[in-house]
Amino acid sequence: MHAAVIVFPGSNCDRDLAVAFEKAGAKVSMVWHKDTELPAGVDIVGIPGGFSFGDYLRCGAIAANSPICQSVVRHAERGGYALGICNGFQVLTETGLLPGALRRNANLKYICKPVKLRVEACDTVYLKGYEPGQEITIPIAHHDGNYYVDDAKLAQLKDEGRIAFTYVDNPNGSVADIAGVVSKNRRVLGMMPHPERMAEPAHGGTDGRAMFEGLMDALATA
Amino acid sequence: MKAKVYVMLKQGVLDPQGEAVRHALGALGFDGVEGVRQGKVIELDLAEGTTEATVKEMCEKLLANTVIESYRIEM
Repeated sequence: MHAAVIVFPGSNCDRDLAVAFEKAGAKVSMVWHKDTELPAGVDIVGIPGGFSFGDYLRCGAIAANSPICQSVVRHAERGGYALGICNGFQVLTETGLLPGALRRNANLKYICKPVKLRVEACDTVYLKGYEPGQEITIPIAHHDGNYYVDDAKLAQLKDEGRIAFTYVDNPNGSVADIAGVVSKNRRVLGMMPHPERMAEPAHGGTDGRAMFEGLMDALATA
Repeated sequence: MKAKVYVMLKQGVLDPQGEAVRHALGALGFDGVEGVRQGKVIELDLAEGTTEATVKEMCEKLLANTVIESYRIEM
């Protein structure tokens, strides 16, 4: 599995994400935002957390219009995999690859703490390492994680089984407790919590590791 | 020439910042503030001849996220 991790000015989880991919056995290329093409042979693109472009205008808005993101959109439209975590989720909604938008947290506070997530019955390679209904603990660290979709889109996401994770105790006001969603072809996942920060015992837990290992198993032969 | 773009959260999308401002105004003793919506104003300095259609395209592509925001252009 060859993973590309995009680096924007202001990304701060790019190295963590690269380490998580590497420990699962992936080859990792770091890709600068001004590059116009992904390296050849990339299976999955990781869009990391952080504060790309200082969160100016809207979180993820400037990054979503950067040269590399146009290549990421083409990669996804060709059926490539993409994983956006935290700011990466915001970027993916801004590109339109994922539905909805992330608003300011309902309590207006930056929230940084481990939270309990429920793994939903969503058929995607990202969840191969988990059981539907399983509860896992993964940290969040965001100011704008309050997921919004309108009622019609929410009904569609439910019908199509595209909600990947929900919060057990909703920390930020997200519609339907949604913490992560996948694209229609199930190959693009966006989530606010940080599995790459819960992937080794030194992190205080390893509940995030199964995502990367499951991905590796699923994509190793792809 | 100048253009102003007003970006607001759409009606029906909860605006937590506006709500916080409303509470703060109530705490200051301003009764009767029934709602507050907070948005942003973007001022553009444009080359002469730039059309409103072009500014609209800027709004659609970057200045507003039309999933949750509406915008109004003043030229």
